[in-house]
Amino acid sequence: MAADLNAYLLVGAVLFVCGVVCMATKRNGIGVLMGVELVLNGANVNFVAFSRYTDLGLDGQVFSLFVIVLAAAEAAVALAIALNFYNNHLTIDVDRANKLKG
Amino acid sequence: MSGEAFLFTVFAAMTCFSAIAVVVSQTVVRMAFWLVISLGSTAALFFLANADFVGAAQLLIYVGGTLVLLVFGVMLTASGPYMKIGTSTGETVVAGLIGLLFLFVVFASVSGVNWRQPVTASADNVATGAVGNTLRPLGLSFLGARPESGVLPGEDAAGTGYLLPFEIVSVHLLVVLVGASYLARAKRRAVPVNQVV
Amino acid sequence: MMFAAQSIAEFFSFLGGWQYVVAAVIHAVLLVHVFALSPFAFIWLERKVSGRIQDRLGPTRVGGLFGWLQSLADGIKLVQKEDLCPQAADSMLFRSAPYVVCVASFAAFMVLPFSHGWVAVAADCGLFIILAILSLEVFGIIMAGYSSGSKWSLFGGMREAAQMVSYEIPLAICALVPIVAAGSLNLGEIGGMQRGWFGYWFLFHDPFTFVAFFVYFVVATASCKRAPFDLAEAESELVGGFHTEYSGMRWSYFFMGEYASMFAVCGIASILFLGGWNTGIGPIDDALYAARNAGADGTGSPALGYLANVLGVFVFVSKASFGVFVQVWLRWTLPRLRIDQVMTTCLKYLVPISCFLFLGAILWPLALVTTLGRTTWTSGPLGELVAEEVRENQVTRSLSAADVGGVAVRAAEGVVEKELVR
Repeated sequence: MAADLNAYLLVGAVLFVCGVVCMATKRNGIGVLMGVELVLNGANVNFVAFSRYTDLGLDGQVFSLFVIVLAAAEAAVALAIALNFYNNHLTIDVDRANKLKG
Repeated sequence: MSGEAFLFTVFAAMTCFSAIAVVVSQTVVRMAFWLVISLGSTAALFFLANADFVGAAQLLIYVGGTLVLLVFGVMLTASGPYMKIGTSTGETVVAGLIGLLFLFVVFASVSGVNWRQPVTASADNVATGAVGNTLRPLGLSFLGARPESGVLPGEDAAGTGYLLPFEIVSVHLLVVLVGASYLARAKRRAVPVNQVV
Repeated sequence: MMFAAQSIAEFFSFLGGWQYVVAAVIHAVLLVHVFALSPFAFIWLERKVSGRIQDRLGPTRVGGLFGWLQSLADGIKLVQKEDLCPQAADSMLFRSAPYVVCVASFAAFMVLPFSHGWVAVAADCGLFIILAILSLEVFGIIMAGYSSGSKWSLFGGMREAAQMVSYEIPLAICALVPIVAAGSLNLGEIGGMQRGWFGYWFLFHDPFTFVAFFVYFVVATASCKRAPFDLAEAESELVGGFHTEYSGMRWSYFFMGEYASMFAVCGIASILFLGGWNTGIGPIDDALYAARNAGADGTGSPALGYLANVLGVFVFVSKASFGVFVQVWLRWTLPRLRIDQVMTTCLKYLVPISCFLFLGAILWPLALVTTLGRTTWTSGPLGELVAEEVRENQVTRSLSAADVGGVAVRAAEGVVEKELVR
């Protein structure tokens, strides 16, 4: 496999799909969070690849920096929510979070 | 096969393999372990793509910060050792099939596009040693200067470059910090432990 | 002539495309030796120093006079031991955790310069990369703690996670204080800027870097989980902490990682604050610098330039080893803190102090410009040196030094004007 734009995009696509499947199948709340991280990382790979192989230039790298920082913020808040959920339900199984179903 | 293609193949394979292992693993800590390998090899891919600052930021913030936080969350929310919340085999098979289909759709559509690839986009300047020194250009672009395209500060129509987004992100982080510590502070349990079914 | 080559890759240029592979292998092998031999020396040092501090002799038998082969004997003993994996452990994670620790602290040496130009990867953001890689070590410790299936290990792992996540913040901020003075994240450039009398070391650059050095050293000690911050393995409370269940070679991997990262953080300290490979004596440094340059551009003897670099390595390793010695000395002098005291020290004292130092380091040049009319309190050559270093590295830059300086100054002026308008 040569290192060209399509190869990077394939890696990004694999990360993205793995993340989506992870989000959809895992019942552990923190597992779902890890899926989100994979999805964001797939997007980052694409940004960096475009910044190198097309005339996007540095903008792609700046975007991926922002994505990394915002992913950290997202993880902190989501983890706080998960801890709160655990405090209230004594489990982290997201299928049990059905109180709002009515 | 050039050295770069070889390294790319190795790290791309590691990234994809451990991303799949994240999906397949059953215990959360194993998922975290594979996620570390996946994100670490992605950082290596960033270094290969001449984005050394992004790669280092990925290692420092994602792997060293966010993932440690996640593992900490795993420890705080595990009700027993090696807690498993499994999914049934049928669900796994269906998810795998849909995932493969989705991957096919995504990659087919992505590779069908003719991306604007300028002929001169040869960053393969390994021999000149000018690989991946993106630190200064990145810092200048935050101040609104883009020397590679001849734009100096104040001359850009958009004005401040990435300074305003940068400020917004920093305020956002501060708000997140306060909000997360408010949400996660120790509270009285809503349900007493001995009444839980 | 082998000394004439600017880099190992250049020396092997007759190999065509393979020169980079050969150079990479040679760099890796050299660094593995540093990584393996520094624990070897420091474990012996630890035993000797602890012995002297406790009024004992320490090892005296193996290898003659000072027992200097004691570490080798220890190593042979550990290799022979059985490699156990407890039944309650998650065996895959349990077995791979020591490797994560080792790989993380080994990879940090990749961007650590040992002398002028003697670095495996001369990255532009070297300091950032080295801090990032060192922060990966904690993940191996947490994995070891969690996967051992023992409550002592779990407590050790959790303590380590909480401690490391907190101590990374002051570590990074303190490392930024001399960066403000240097204006570069490239460790090689930072070391080169401090040539001359020791007054030009960044330790004495301004009062804020002086304090930052001591704060950095405390935080670095904590980030290597050395006493008095070794809560992760507190043997009086947690048996052995995260490594309770480990034995034999896997156990010793943790210690190789620990001693190697002690050397790495002390090496960073000596480059950032203590002049790196510069001796601190003006005439000697100037002579060595001249010898290196003459050797490099072919006007002088290449062998002399090479010798100057070897001397640089010796100076650098001595400074870093002295740092390690102080850490050992602290370990056998101070009692261990409680975990809440460790967290309080970091979050309530070290973080605010380091933020204050960072702010002060930014305001210091402005204050000096308004009073003295220059940006450093000594009339030293730092400013000229910065320009010189930038000029040296200009070839590898896409931007010329003048462009960078001019753009940065103009950008700074623009920001100030906007603030005034507001």
